[in-house]
Amino acid sequence: MSRHPKDFHPLLRLLHWLMALMVLAMMFIGVGMVSTAGPLYPALLAWHRPVGIAILVLVLIRLPLRLVTGAPPLPADLPPPQKLVAKASHVLLYASMVAMPLIGWAMLSAGGYPVVVGGLVLPPILPHDLAIYALLRWAHTVIALLFFALVLAHLSAALMHGLIRRDGVLRSMTSGHRR
Amino acid sequence: MPAHEKPPLASMALIGAVATTLSLGLAWAGGLIGPHRISGGDVATALEDNGGRYPGYRRAHAKGLCFSGSFAANGEGTALSTAAAFRPGSYPVTGRFSLGGGNPLASDGRNVFHSMALVLRTPDGQEWRMAMDHTPIFPVADVPAFVGLQKASTPDPKTGKPDPALMKPFLAAHPEVTAFQSYMAKAVLPDSFANATYYSINAFRFTDAAGTTRFVRWQFEPEAPLTGLDKAKLADLPRDALFKEMIARTAKGPSRWHLKLVVANPGDVTDKATVAWTGPHRSVEAGMLTLTAVQPEEQGACRDLNFDPTILPRGISPSDDPLLGARSKTYSSSFNRRAGEGAHPSAIGQDIAKETAR
Repeated sequence: MSRHPKDFHPLLRLLHWLMALMVLAMMFIGVGMVSTAGPLYPALLAWHRPVGIAILVLVLIRLPLRLVTGAPPLPADLPPPQKLVAKASHVLLYASMVAMPLIGWAMLSAGGYPVVVGGLVLPPILPHDLAIYALLRWAHTVIALLFFALVLAHLSAALMHGLIRRDGVLRSMTSGHRR
Repeated sequence: MPAHEKPPLASMALIGAVATTLSLGLAWAGGLIGPHRISGGDVATALEDNGGRYPGYRRAHAKGLCFSGSFAANGEGTALSTAAAFRPGSYPVTGRFSLGGGNPLASDGRNVFHSMALVLRTPDGQEWRMAMDHTPIFPVADVPAFVGLQKASTPDPKTGKPDPALMKPFLAAHPEVTAFQSYMAKAVLPDSFANATYYSINAFRFTDAAGTTRFVRWQFEPEAPLTGLDKAKLADLPRDALFKEMIARTAKGPSRWHLKLVVANPGDVTDKATVAWTGPHRSVEAGMLTLTAVQPEEQGACRDLNFDPTILPRGISPSDDPLLGARSKTYSSSFNRRAGEGAHPSAIGQDIAKETAR
């Protein structure tokens, strides 16, 4: 597929925006779910698991695609430390998208819970162990909050490129450049 | 943008506004700002405040004993639900007997819930978790009333009894609690875990092969005839009387219960566990539970499980009873707390170990 060298692959762009919505939704569902014993709790829980697994499936498609198709070069006038931060933050974003659903799945396995997603029973990926469960349950929350902070930083940086620097970085992930 | 120019204020403000809005939104979703909502942790804390804090144990029904056995389905249940557990066959069961209350060292001589929890596993990997009590009704219908009851009934350190200044207005506002109390006062208190009927408490939705959905409450009816404890002499009962009786009984032979599925009549209340279904009801006997072995919690498989009654197989789903979601969340919070505190030896296991060492 031909594309402008300054743009991300169109399929990557589609996956990016789809997953951006899903990841943000998951964060709101997650914190909402743990903060209420009210009637919304079962509904939120019923969304949290399948969406989490869907994110895992999508990131496992997206990551190889990203590695194969690459990313457009960052603007030449961007200071090297900022380039480094940009690259590191993307590694962390991908790592979080892979880790969060896996930790959730592993945590349920260690807690002795059946992992049922859309009526399908997934196999446990860790043995039933209460101490491991407690550790992963904690990690799931802490990483989620760090992930949220990372997403905010990523979003702010993207808007900075799009609104202030106007250097085409934001456009490389949205409408793309005209050929 | 050339480096010497100042960044446009409006753009900076917009970026700040986006980040702030998302953060505030998340704080609102998480209940940090906005109207107060009762979390599972609030309920667990109310239970701790009421019954004492015992790290490593369940916040409710802390005193327990594991058991194992099997459920033999006769196939009749398939008339009501496609759940694999109703197809003819025998399925392994892990369970737990317990007494109400948060004190794992409490005496058995209390007029509280005698409870049975089960995990029923079918070969397709699905689980049906149940947490049942020996009463067909529950004292409260929703989570605010449950927390209110815990707070109102917290023993006053001076008298060891609930403070009437709190309890009286609570009961006045909750006649269902008074009704439950008079039921408990009159009802037989089983003198064995083996001769009690255990009720699902809440109604559930059963879906059959044709897609028809019905509300169902179920009960496990014992083969052993019901006999009661003398409520006037509960204080004289040895601390682990019920648990030791069950251990001794099981050493002699298995205990059995028949699973009855009771279908709601039109007009039956399905979203309030405080209301019993009375009069004739269609009832389906789905099979027999056989308990073959008991184990102290540190040796059994029940201690590190959360008997969340909303973990259900395909063919059964929660009703619109708000108590079900509240139970699910509260059990989860209690499970998280004790998981973090580390598993502790069971009180009964310790007592038995002490006696065997003597």
